[in-house]
Amino acid sequence: MAVAEAIAALQERFPELGLAPQPLVRYADGRDSGQLWVRVPADRLLEVARFARDDERCRFEQLCDLTCVDYLNYPDAADRFGVVYSLLSLSQRHRLWLKVFVNDPEPVVPSVTRIWKGAEWPEREVFDLFGIRFEGHPDLRRILCPEGIEDHPLRKDYPLRGRGEREAFVPIDRETA
Amino acid sequence: MSMATGYEPSLHTAAEFGEDRWTLNFGPQHPATHGTLHLQLELDGERVVKCTPHIGYLHSGFEKLGEHLNYNQYVVVTDRMNYCSPICNNVAWHTAVEKLFGIELTPRCKALRTIVQELGRIQDHLLCLGAQALDVGGLTGFLYGFNEREGIYDLLEDLCGARFTVSYTRVGGVVRDCPDGWTDQVLHYLREVLPPAIRDFEALLIRNRIFVERCQGIGVISHDDAINWSLTGPVARASGVKRDLRKDEPYLCFEDGWDGRGAPAVDFKVPIATTGDVMGRVLVRLEEMRQSARIIEQVIQRMPDGPVMVLPEQDVALPDKREIYFSIEGLIHHFEKIMTNKGLEPPVGEAYGAIEAPNGELGFYLVSDGGNCAYRARCRPPSFINYQVYPVLIEGHQISDVVAVLGSLNIIAAELDR
Amino acid sequence: MGLTEQGAPARSGIATTRLDYALDMIHRHGINWARKHSLWPMPFATACCGIEFMAVAASRYDLARFGAEACRFSPRQSDLMIVAGRVVMKMLPVLQRIYTQMCEPKWVISMGACASTGGVFDTYAVVQGIDQFVPVDVYLPGCPPRPETILEGLMAIQRIVREEGVRSSSERGHGLQMVIEPPPGVEMGPGFGERSLGDRASNPVL
Repeated sequence: MAVAEAIAALQERFPELGLAPQPLVRYADGRDSGQLWVRVPADRLLEVARFARDDERCRFEQLCDLTCVDYLNYPDAADRFGVVYSLLSLSQRHRLWLKVFVNDPEPVVPSVTRIWKGAEWPEREVFDLFGIRFEGHPDLRRILCPEGIEDHPLRKDYPLRGRGEREAFVPIDRETA
Repeated sequence: MSMATGYEPSLHTAAEFGEDRWTLNFGPQHPATHGTLHLQLELDGERVVKCTPHIGYLHSGFEKLGEHLNYNQYVVVTDRMNYCSPICNNVAWHTAVEKLFGIELTPRCKALRTIVQELGRIQDHLLCLGAQALDVGGLTGFLYGFNEREGIYDLLEDLCGARFTVSYTRVGGVVRDCPDGWTDQVLHYLREVLPPAIRDFEALLIRNRIFVERCQGIGVISHDDAINWSLTGPVARASGVKRDLRKDEPYLCFEDGWDGRGAPAVDFKVPIATTGDVMGRVLVRLEEMRQSARIIEQVIQRMPDGPVMVLPEQDVALPDKREIYFSIEGLIHHFEKIMTNKGLEPPVGEAYGAIEAPNGELGFYLVSDGGNCAYRARCRPPSFINYQVYPVLIEGHQISDVVAVLGSLNIIAAELDR
Repeated sequence: MGLTEQGAPARSGIATTRLDYALDMIHRHGINWARKHSLWPMPFATACCGIEFMAVAASRYDLARFGAEACRFSPRQSDLMIVAGRVVMKMLPVLQRIYTQMCEPKWVISMGACASTGGVFDTYAVVQGIDQFVPVDVYLPGCPPRPETILEGLMAIQRIVREEGVRSSSERGHGLQMVIEPPPGVEMGPGFGERSLGDRASNPVL
């Protein structure tokens, strides 16, 4: 499997991080889905990401997706936010998931927009919906929610139906229009 | 400034020109913005100097909703995501869910899903090309595109009972088998109706001098930039990126041995353009429609028999409606599957499943805590990822190119904002 | 080109005949006959319903048969706003602005479940029915409504125009004050007729 070589390259370059690949899901019968993730500390993320893009054996030219999971109340979760980087190599045809865990009250992750330009909007989206700040992002503003909202809707402690934002408008009727 | 004496460029500094810039708000309610996009354009005369897209005018909380609906219910919401090809979203969602559960589909289900996915691709490209023609001023193209879409609507209506929002897939299969004679109707559509339509379309678009001149050399992005900006789908393939999930990470009938008896993968070609401009995207889409038709014909010729749902022993399948209505065991089984405190039991973990949707890689990243609903249902929307490159594509172009480039990216607002 | 007088000899074919016909219909049915066949809609198309509306405007369903094919995307030129798709909290101020920019007389169709009630999107971002914040004349059911439903909604607006004329929105008061007649030969169930034909004035939101 090609991704094993990529992980081996990462382990050789960063022995002190103890990168241990784990399958994303393990089924009841002991099989797994073949999708692997490794945990990366936030302060070393940029080095790891740059190496993963440029190294001959990794060649992760594309950041397929960037998202975040709020692990509040998740079984056996130690950290609250996991920022998930879904890396994709077009030439080697393999994928690898990096996870960076951060916590309240000041969740900060370095921005990877210098490495993959495609991270620009996904990082803004995570900032908007989860409130995680990306250090070094060129234009970190809210992207989906309107300005003036203070909450971060995809956090688990935010209710599905919101806190009344959707009703807070002045109605216009036939007389006032 | 110097009207009387004529144009004297040496008298003006760049800073002076800078003060002449003005701002144009394009959208959020504008016919060419395909829904609800908002562009803030900084103009120097007719030239776009800076473009800032504002999105979120259709942010409806799809991902939050995914945490409160179970794996079968959420398919209804995915219909409303990319509304040009709803059925592709259904397939993408359940591809991810089945990756999480570790389910292998039945051959007939794979065949049906492949057929409807490719029908969705034709549907999407017809709309995209029609709208592209409309945006650069050719209303006829729009009418032609919609005329052929109606044929696909009819086919889907026969298949699922709904013309637009189909909700066709379920965990482990599809909701029902196709009716008798449906495949013949599909073949008739693909052989008799679609090819002349594509020929007409081609004649209308790529032999139309106005259309060609408005599309050629506009909105160019290079091969390496396309990769670095995470572009996928026809937009990337028009820049020469050889990437198609159907070939690179084969699924459904694109995999060798999909029917369990060693059937070869479906044979088709991935069209690539090297120009990277709007015209390249148009040509890629036109050719993809032909290839989709080829795929469907092959699948129908090798259509396997058998059930469309996985066996009940796998404990994910909804029971057949006949069992529910006519036997008490079936009814109990059905309730166990749909009740909120029982339902399906996925393993604890995460999974990513993606398909090659008409716009690019459409994937779902699922996190499960073992409960009935997903803990997190992240969608990797191709429109969102593709749209962020738009300021790069448009800067330095004329204002009339704004709509031409926008149409070629085929941004679907609901998928963009979710 | 001026209008030919009634009974003047037809000089040049179709155009004259059509004008005569139109004048004749206006004489017989009043000016509202002409008005109801020249509604200019402004599709406020946000989501899926917008695609269905485009399908209605295209060849098979052909909105032009009802004289409403002239889609104007400037609110100042149109008199019927079709809100097609869900309206979220970032979009609602835009919707209100556009409604106030439209000139009187104006009508609003709330198309589909999402615009009318929020539909399946009972989430933090989606406005649960635009009629909380702008007046609505006709609601269309469906998610999205089928093209036939959209045409029926347009015909309902035409019936409002026929009955109410071009009175401005403020004179029309709150809500829809008209009865949709069942097609000839169709008997509606008990309660339908009494409720809608009853005291219309005292029950403004029929």
